[in-house]
Amino acid sequence: MAKVLVIAEHDGQILNPSTAKCVACATEIDAADIDVAVFADSAAGVAAKAAQLKSISRVLTVENDANKDAQSAVIAPQVAALADGYSHIFGPSTTFGKDLMPRVAALLGVNQISDIMSVEGTHTFKRPIYAGNVVLTVEAPADQTVVATVRAASYSAVDEGNNAPIEAAECDVDLPSHSRFVELQAGSSDRPDLQTAAKVVSGGRALASAENFDLIYKLADKLGAGVGATRAAVDAGYVPNEMQVGQTGKIIAPELYVAIGISGAIQHLTGIKDAGTIVAINKDEEAPIFEVADIGLVGDLFNVVPELTDALD
Amino acid sequence: MDKILVGLKRVVDYNVRVRVKSDGSGVETDGVKMSINPFDEIALEEALRIKERGEANEVIVVSIGTSESQQQLRTGLAMGADRAILIVSDEAIDALSRARALLEIVNRENPGLVLLGKQAIDDDNSQTGQMLAGLWSRPQATFASKIELNGDVARVTREVDVGIEIIDVDLPAVVTVDLRMNEPRYVKLPDIMKAKKKPLDEIPIGELGLEPSPAITEHLFEPPAERQRGIIVDDVAGLVAALKDKGLV
Repeated sequence: MAKVLVIAEHDGQILNPSTAKCVACATEIDAADIDVAVFADSAAGVAAKAAQLKSISRVLTVENDANKDAQSAVIAPQVAALADGYSHIFGPSTTFGKDLMPRVAALLGVNQISDIMSVEGTHTFKRPIYAGNVVLTVEAPADQTVVATVRAASYSAVDEGNNAPIEAAECDVDLPSHSRFVELQAGSSDRPDLQTAAKVVSGGRALASAENFDLIYKLADKLGAGVGATRAAVDAGYVPNEMQVGQTGKIIAPELYVAIGISGAIQHLTGIKDAGTIVAINKDEEAPIFEVADIGLVGDLFNVVPELTDALD
Repeated sequence: MDKILVGLKRVVDYNVRVRVKSDGSGVETDGVKMSINPFDEIALEEALRIKERGEANEVIVVSIGTSESQQQLRTGLAMGADRAILIVSDEAIDALSRARALLEIVNRENPGLVLLGKQAIDDDNSQTGQMLAGLWSRPQATFASKIELNGDVARVTREVDVGIEIIDVDLPAVVTVDLRMNEPRYVKLPDIMKAKKKPLDEIPIGELGLEPSPAITEHLFEPPAERQRGIIVDDVAGLVAALKDKGLV
């Protein structure tokens, strides 16, 4: 029988929604028995939340002061120590999981599968490569632990409503002190989180300045949407890096994605392939974004966007 | 520090639209332009800047692949690397074996810093740096946009999902670089000529004595489901109507 360990992502207080999506992926494995592991300095709050996730059997907490800042060099040996008896170890393909899981795999002496987008069998999965332009079916060796990251945009979070037991686990391993957290500069925003928002409005280079991005924010606030951007807009300094959507930024799957002044480079499109409805507003009717848009409007964003914002009153 | 080791992977060029072979066994690479993985190029640029600031003595570029990877190593030498190592393998190499091979080179060269791209744009794995750091029992700083060296410590700025994380790592360490770390220099013709005289050592992968690795089998390469082109509306009123139609506003 498959036994899956999902590594919870959290910030010490809040369980990241990526965890519930990893659990959803794990439920696709036949007869999977699923545990969630919370590594923290103080795990109670996050563990209580994790225990509500449907389809899981247990929450394991591993408390250690050294776990406070979730440094992979510290967490990975503990995950490896906990791996015994599990057929699969999953983490999210967020920057947290992408940093952690390959290190876990190396410590276990196995390869790792990145970005599972579907489960085809207990050891067979599909994953995107070449910026999502190719889908590859891969199979991990049957006799080894499958260590993988789960592409969050491919899964809907499992529901809450469970009351799984919470158990403290011991990981008696030496932890390194060679990696030290200094600080986190998190963007503060009252808007919905880009990775989980049902609606997202994104701007591209055509916005031409940080000030003009106000047009995007105003429309987003009217829609109750999160805000994203292209690499070009981030590189130009219009918005911070955490807003980048695409191959090297965030992969998202909102119900509505509004692309404004975005030409539609392959690397950007790979970040929005799973969006429900894509709306494109661009003055260049030849822009590749219109090839994938469900609703296109050819026009100057500086006229169209304020008009649209007003029209949504 | 004395040495910086930089990994360069040969990949299908960033601008090529890849096509799956009709039998699903891989992607077309015949006659396709190949380049240094763009993230690796940024890693090399950073290594060169560290050396040019007098904080390192030597920059070594290393690649794993067929002899064709010499091209990318020569480009790296032309950018300014001092010497190159090619671990020659005619077979495809899995990520764990890549990390183990790099560890062998690390053990021979004892670099103070290993700089790699945060991911390769072909397999999009984002694994090698983290695996190397794990096998080496040294720190990893992934997705880095800035490195400041301070004696035996590197202060690294990382681009993470919620914003920017700053960490201190003791050296030696593995740092994988993100897009905004720098803009790589252009190679000039005289440098290409000079690069031909720089040392490029080839080591057959069999000589490294790597443990056999449980590779992941690649079964089928397919094009993704394509989105269909939708409708074009004439004006904002049409857009609002279409959104209302779908129940989105």
